[in-house]
Amino acid sequence: MQRISNIFKKQEPEKPVTKKFVEKKAESGMKEGKPVAEKIRAGHVHESGCTGCLVALADNYEGILKILDRYVDWVYDLTLADTRHIPKMDVALIEGSVCLQDKIAVEEVKKARENSAIVVAIGSCACTGNINRFDRGGQANQPQHESFVPLSDLIDVDVFVPCCPPTPEQLRNAVLMAYLLLKGTDDQKKLAGRYLQPLMNLAKSPFFSKASFNTLMQEVINQGLCMGCGSCAAACPVRAITMEYGKPQGERDLCINCGACFAQCPRGFFDHGLTEQYESIMELIQEVLK
Amino acid sequence: MVLGNYKTVVSARSTDKEILKGAQDGGIVTTLFAYALDEDIIDGAIVAAPSRSKPWRGHWDIWRAEPRVVTTRQELLASQKTGYNICPMVTPVKDAVRMHGLDRVGVVGVPCQIQGFRKAQLYPIAMRDVPDKLALVLGIFCMEVFPYQSIVQLVEDHLGKKIDSVKKMEVGKGKFTVRTERGETASIPLKDTHKYEQPGCHVCLDYVANLADISSGSVGSPDGWSTVFVRSKKGEQIWNEAMTAGMFETKPMDQVKPGLDIVKKLATEKITKNRKTLDSRATFGVGKGLRNPYLNL
Repeated sequence: MQRISNIFKKQEPEKPVTKKFVEKKAESGMKEGKPVAEKIRAGHVHESGCTGCLVALADNYEGILKILDRYVDWVYDLTLADTRHIPKMDVALIEGSVCLQDKIAVEEVKKARENSAIVVAIGSCACTGNINRFDRGGQANQPQHESFVPLSDLIDVDVFVPCCPPTPEQLRNAVLMAYLLLKGTDDQKKLAGRYLQPLMNLAKSPFFSKASFNTLMQEVINQGLCMGCGSCAAACPVRAITMEYGKPQGERDLCINCGACFAQCPRGFFDHGLTEQYESIMELIQEVLK
Repeated sequence: MVLGNYKTVVSARSTDKEILKGAQDGGIVTTLFAYALDEDIIDGAIVAAPSRSKPWRGHWDIWRAEPRVVTTRQELLASQKTGYNICPMVTPVKDAVRMHGLDRVGVVGVPCQIQGFRKAQLYPIAMRDVPDKLALVLGIFCMEVFPYQSIVQLVEDHLGKKIDSVKKMEVGKGKFTVRTERGETASIPLKDTHKYEQPGCHVCLDYVANLADISSGSVGSPDGWSTVFVRSKKGEQIWNEAMTAGMFETKPMDQVKPGLDIVKKLATEKITKNRKTLDSRATFGVGKGLRNPYLNL
């Protein structure tokens, strides 16, 4: 009770301050013309997924407000924007895998590809199929819906942001880098392109859309690359990976085929030149969200 | 270039007698973590501690390293010394920030593990809450690492000592040396140990932990001292504060023997050798090669 009353006490003398704040905001609102004009158009397309990826994006809290304020016009979203049909976009974030028996889903994905410059598959359902790979049909109320495939089986995907769910930080980084790629200065375009390159490579990879713990085995351990850092065990969202005598041991019955272990592995992909600039890149991200 | 970007490099030793007693060399990592814990720079640290698991092949694995989240000076002191076997330091980082609830974590690791931490910051694909919580990243020089079973093989089969009687392991002056509790020493030339190395080390292009905030190692400094590279802004700030607090005594690098040249020589050696390995992997089979993680997928 005391705490609540303290809060009220604190608020009382602040009243004139909030008034000033409102006035100031109104003034600065007049000058807001320029940044708004440079916004990119982005949206969220929802296929067979759990909305966890969208929730993860929202989990950036004030970060997502800053992004929507300055950099992105959120033009299409089942849950957040009042739009019926998929409009023209710069960046489409597509979540969930596609059900082959669901005509509307297939059409929607094709339409999204047609209408957007960059297609980002967010979350493992869209990238690798994830848990939907285990679907055998029979669920109410569409028992015939049984074949679920990742996006890249049907359309060209430009960028992968895997994991289940993808982290708020990674989604934020991907959206900001996509913005810098489209609207930044020449240096920023270069940097954003280099940052997104590995995620674009994942999207073009012959094996990653079929990823599971086996991918980590085949492409890292079997290739003699594993050095036992344990990134995979930290990454696994279902804790299927433990480190036994310094090497990853996967409980393959637990594996949901998300591919996070391979994507997080420093021997999965690693760019020395880019990572050396980690300080300035992280400062840049903090800067644009300030 | 082989030494990465750094602001300063010095030869240093801890001034803390208690830490120096159990230190591998200059006690740099333990002292920095102890200082950071005291000064509230970090809430806890991930360190390599002796295993607490069941006996393997009839002995306690006191030399098997396991990553552990520690929050006190006592726990830090209990995990001093180098064991030269694989310790997956990145594994507990998500638990440290999400289960243990540490807002600022100190981490230590060999170069490849620091690469893992930095990748987790830049591409936090599955590392929720991790990127902004690594408050102090310490790196250790590393030529190669052995699987635990290789260490047992070397100590028990080649050197003829029981692994749980070993008090200290050292790699230096071209030899792998162990000291036992009863004061015996035994050593084997490093070239005979190469075949037991972990294969993943042979594609590593980093010797002095280029991506750490502060990296240290014995190479280049006299016995009982460590060579310390201060690399990032954050690292410089913490190092300067620790120096002001009198945590370390230092000597300039050009006044100690064998000096920076040997560090540069070993780094060049490792990187050239491993670049060659990477090249030979590209043409490993007949018209087919092995994957190179640094190029593309």
